[in-house]
Amino acid sequence: MTLETKVLSTDILIIGGGTAGCYAAYILGQRSDYHVLIVEKANIRRSGCLAAGVNALNAYITDGHTPQDYVDYAKRDAQGIAREDLLLSMSGRLNEVTEELERLGLVILKNEDGSYASRGWRNIKINGENIKPLLANAASSQPNVAVLNHVNITDYFLEDGTVRGAYGFDVNAPVFYEIHAKAVLIATGGASGLYRPNNPGFSRHKLWYPPFNTGAGYAMGILAGAEMTTFEMRFIALRCKDTIAPVGTIAQGISAVQVNAKGEKYENRYDRTTSGRLYGTVTENREGRGPCFLKTAGISKEQETDLYKAYLNMAPSQTLKWLEDECGPSGKNVEIEGTEPYIVGGHTASGYWVDENRRTTLQGLFAAGDVAGGCPQKYVTGALAEAEIAAEAMMRYLSDSVFGNCAVGEHTKTQKGSHEQKSGYAYAGAGRKDDSDRFEEDSPKKKQEYEAYLSKSRTVIDIDQAEEAMQAIMDQYAGGIRTDYRYSETGLKEADRRIRLLQEEIPSLRAETMYDLLRIYELRERLVVCRTLLAHMAARKETRWHGFAENTDYPRTDPRFEKYVNSRYRNGQIEILYRDIKTGDGGEKT
Amino acid sequence: MSIRIDAGKCAGCGRCVEACPGNLLAVGVDGRTFIRQERDCWGCASCLKECPFGAIQYYLGADIGGRGAVLSVKKEKSVLCWQVTDAHQNCQEILVDSREANRY
Repeated sequence: MTLETKVLSTDILIIGGGTAGCYAAYILGQRSDYHVLIVEKANIRRSGCLAAGVNALNAYITDGHTPQDYVDYAKRDAQGIAREDLLLSMSGRLNEVTEELERLGLVILKNEDGSYASRGWRNIKINGENIKPLLANAASSQPNVAVLNHVNITDYFLEDGTVRGAYGFDVNAPVFYEIHAKAVLIATGGASGLYRPNNPGFSRHKLWYPPFNTGAGYAMGILAGAEMTTFEMRFIALRCKDTIAPVGTIAQGISAVQVNAKGEKYENRYDRTTSGRLYGTVTENREGRGPCFLKTAGISKEQETDLYKAYLNMAPSQTLKWLEDECGPSGKNVEIEGTEPYIVGGHTASGYWVDENRRTTLQGLFAAGDVAGGCPQKYVTGALAEAEIAAEAMMRYLSDSVFGNCAVGEHTKTQKGSHEQKSGYAYAGAGRKDDSDRFEEDSPKKKQEYEAYLSKSRTVIDIDQAEEAMQAIMDQYAGGIRTDYRYSETGLKEADRRIRLLQEEIPSLRAETMYDLLRIYELRERLVVCRTLLAHMAARKETRWHGFAENTDYPRTDPRFEKYVNSRYRNGQIEILYRDIKTGDGGEKT
Repeated sequence: MSIRIDAGKCAGCGRCVEACPGNLLAVGVDGRTFIRQERDCWGCASCLKECPFGAIQYYLGADIGGRGAVLSVKKEKSVLCWQVTDAHQNCQEILVDSREANRY
C-alpha cells in the first residue's frame, strides 16, 4: 500500500486532544491569534481519560486551605519525590480553572451560600458526565483552533535540535502527515497496557486508565532524546473488583471504610498515603485476611440509588454489575483490588522533565497533563492548570525574541549551573544535530517505514500475540499483579532482555489496514516505555512507595535515594541521571 | 465488557464511529456499524450516548460477572434515561439529570 502525503503548517501543534490538549487550545484561542492545530488519534469529543465522565474534581483548594497545603500533601504522598516548584505553580491555579470549567457549563454541587460543596478538603462534587464534550467544544469553537481527528502522531522531527513538527498517519485512510509547527505541545497522556491486566481474557480492556493511552508522548520524547523523570513511581489504582471502577465515590462519598475478610478495619495499620492504602489491601490478601472490601452493607436504599446514578456518570459498568448481581451495595460490601501498574504523570511524578513553564529539555517542545513529570496529584484541574501554564509559555516563546529565538547553545547555558549533570544537557542540543539536519530526508523515510508494514504479505507473530507477550513479561519479571508488585534486579534484567527481543520483532509485523498500523505503533510505544521504566526501576535501589513497588533486593527506603531518577536515551542506550531534590519554588529549573 | 450493535436498528450514520475513543468501530460494506474486536472495548459508553437509534447495548463479559443483562441509554433533553434489562427481560430505568451534580 502506498500512502498519500499531506504537508501541513501551523504556529502551534498540540499532540493529543484530551484534557490538557483541549484546554491549552481553548486558552490559546481566547488569548492569541496564533494558528493552533490539535491532532488527535480518536476524536476530541470523547477521547482520553474523561470519555465516560468523572464524578468529582479531586484537586481544588477549599476555604481555609492554601495552594502550599496542596503542595505539601502531594509531596508527602510521593514520599518527597516531587517538584515543589511545579506543584506550586499548578496549585495556585486550581480554583481559577475550576471556575472556568463552571463557566464552560460544568455542573458543580453548591452549598446554600453558593460555595462549592466539598468532599474532603481538596475535592468537590460535580456532574462530570459531559465534561469532555464541554472541553472539546471550548477548544473547537475558537476561530484560530483547527482539529484533525483520527490522525496518529508517531515521531517528532527536529531541526538544529529544535522540535519543528511531527509525523503521523490517518487511522482510517492511507494518508501520511508531515506537520510543521513553530512550537509543539505534547499532551498525549500516560501509558496503560504495559502489564497484564486484572482480567486478561474477554475484559482485557476493562482498565482504570484508557487502554488507548499507550505512552505515545513518552515514547516520542524518549526516542528524540528528551530527559524523562521518575518512571519508576508507577501508579497502581485501588478499585472496585472486576469493573475496575473508582472507589473514592464510595469511600469518601458515603464514608465507607476498608475491611478485611474478618470484618476488621485495616487502614490504620498502614500509611495513609495513596500507595499505603493499596499496600494495606495487598498485604491483607497476602497474609490470608482477604478478600478486602469497602463496607457498604447497611447503607440506605436512597444512598444506594445515588451511588447507581453517580457511577452511571463515570463508570456505568459498576451500576450494571450491581443491578446484575444478586444485590447492590446496600446488601453486600464492595470488593476492592489493585490494578496492574500504569505510568501516569497526573497521579504520580512520571514523565517529561520540565521547567516551571512546562518546557521540556527539547527546544520548542512543551508538555502538559499526564505526560509531564514531577508534578503528581494533578487530576483533571491540575492538567488544566498545566495546560494554561504551557499555553502562556508558548505564547511568550513565539512572541519574545529572547525566549523564542534563543539558540540551543544559549538555552543549554541557562540550564547549567543548577545541576551536577552538565554534560547531559549538551546532548539535548548538540547531540540532536545529526538527526535534525536530515529531517527533510526523514520524511520520505518515515513514510516508507509506515508503508513497509502495510506491504508485508505475511507475519511471524501477530500484534495481539506481541502485546500479550509484553504484558506477560512485565507482569512476571517487573512487579505486576502476579507478584504483588514485587521484583528483583535479576528479574528486571530478564524483563529488559525479553522486551528487547520483542522490539526486534516489530519490523516483522504486518498491517492489513491503517487501524493495524495504529496498533503496531501503539505496541512500539509501549515497548519503548517499558525499557525506560525498567531502567528507572533498576536505578532506584530501594523501596520507597510500598504498594506501588517492592524491590526485593532493597526492601527499605534509603535516604541516599532521596533524588530524582532521570533518564535520557542516547545512541541506543538509556542513560540514568540522578538529580538532587530542592525545596521551594524555582529551585529546579531545567 | 463490551457493546453489541443491533444491525436492525443501525443506520450506519457513523456517529458512534466518530465518538469511540479507541477507534474501535467502523461502518462495514453492508452499511452497518461493527466493532472490530469486542474485547477491545473500554466500557466508556460514549457510543451509546451518541446513537440516535438506540441500536447499541452495553454488557459485562462473563469473566467480570456478566449474566446476560444489557444497559442502554436514551437522551431526553437534559436527562439521560439509562435502562437495564436482565436476561429474563426484566427492565429497570434510572434517570440522571445532567443539571444535577452527584451527591457523592
